[in-house]
Amino acid sequence: MIEQLQTYFQYPFVKYAFIVGTLIALCSSLLGVTLVLKRYSFIGDGLSHVAFGAMAIGSVLHLTSNNLITMPVTIGAAILLLMGNESRKIKGDAAIALISVSSLALGYMLMNIFSSSANVSGDVCTTLFGSTSILTIQIKEVWFTIALSAVVILVFIIFYNRIFGVTFDENFAKATGIKTQFYNLLIAIIIAIIIVLGMNLVGSLLISALVIFPALSAMRVIHNFKGVVILSTCLSVFCAISGLLISILASTPVGATIVAMDMLMFFVCCAVGALKK
Amino acid sequence: MAYIKCKNLAVGYEGKPVAEDINMKIEKGNYVCIVGENGAGKSTLMKTLLNLVKPISGEILYEEDYNAYDVGYLPQQTQAQMDFPASVWEIVLSGNLARLKHRPFYGPEEKSRTKKNLKKMDMWDKRQESFRNLSGGQKQRVLLARALCASEKMLVLDEPVSGLDPIVTADFYKLIYKLNQEGLTILMVSHDLKEGLEHATHVLHMGQDKIFFGTKEDYVKSEESRYFV
Repeated sequence: MIEQLQTYFQYPFVKYAFIVGTLIALCSSLLGVTLVLKRYSFIGDGLSHVAFGAMAIGSVLHLTSNNLITMPVTIGAAILLLMGNESRKIKGDAAIALISVSSLALGYMLMNIFSSSANVSGDVCTTLFGSTSILTIQIKEVWFTIALSAVVILVFIIFYNRIFGVTFDENFAKATGIKTQFYNLLIAIIIAIIIVLGMNLVGSLLISALVIFPALSAMRVIHNFKGVVILSTCLSVFCAISGLLISILASTPVGATIVAMDMLMFFVCCAVGALKK
Repeated sequence: MAYIKCKNLAVGYEGKPVAEDINMKIEKGNYVCIVGENGAGKSTLMKTLLNLVKPISGEILYEEDYNAYDVGYLPQQTQAQMDFPASVWEIVLSGNLARLKHRPFYGPEEKSRTKKNLKKMDMWDKRQESFRNLSGGQKQRVLLARALCASEKMLVLDEPVSGLDPIVTADFYKLIYKLNQEGLTILMVSHDLKEGLEHATHVLHMGQDKIFFGTKEDYVKSEESRYFV
């Protein structure tokens, strides 16, 4: 088995997959706690469908890099969803559901009408489930992921205390003069970036799992914020790496394998949490 | 010399006033109770004074060395906070957030203030514990410690004793009174008139059509209080 892995690691694309996978898993778990507690667990799903729709537009227009269009559109949708929640008529889960299904439908329709490839459902399946796209990743995209991950991690560390304050009690923070709208905007932008990046790894349908599972698992066993954040990143990276290894050795789909690992980890954490009590 | 002065203030949401013609003055060291029926605009007024809601008309003036954000706030607890994984220490420390200005992390000054207020609230021994595992009274004292980290001048409380049992409630009011005696200005929205008013110096009564503001002595004699007290 080890020999088999050694052979695989001689290929650069396998190395790339592991670098990108680790980074995306790390970033996606950072904001999980915040999103779960702000009752935005499904934002990953919603935004990734938006990204899917944008990607369809991108491939219809034959753009050189899909990120050119998916990134701004997804960030826009994230801002729309996370900001000004108080005064809007359609809020929270309903808004997410609305945006999510609309972009999914539009994206699929566009891909069908304007598709240049013969295998439309294959293409759609790839974008939705990620299948092997992480194994076909280019060096350019690896650098792109490294750069954006560095930005996300840095921003999270610098604003860690503020993100905690805004998540735990937005009104308190606002009353003491913290610009909560700005931090909500920041959280929206970061989550959009993470989702666009994560689509490469597990595809747009499974990205929610990457955002939510590590946080929920960590919350079973640890009861302070810093500990939960640290444990959830560790769990996420562990699941991504082990999922990738299994998928290579057993030739299973990458995205689904990683999510299955996250699921398994969640049950383990539930059991540990129950035992601790 | 008043910290906060309201002149013909109207408060409400989306341009629709809930309460109008509010005239009041909160001076240093006052213990002001906001009482009134449900829907009379008590919470809306409080949120307006906290700059969470914009006033519809009228003025809020801040005087002396007091500014609009120099306030500690004890909100009603939300469902999300009930299952928030945070230790007592992390929560009380977050009361110092506005003091960070442009620094990213807390320094020794914030940490020692957190320690002082945790000890004052008798929660220092519980600092490692998870907030969600505490009792109702302990949670309130943690949030009180957080509010004290945010301001040493003004404390705003939104129905702080709802859901607490009578003994804990009495202790809590004693604690607030002690803080007031030490010089902290108190503004409290309360349902519970008998005990809530005991230590108050001033009362703002918000009725459906009439608003009373004055000292507690005047209030007890006034017509507005008859129905309540």
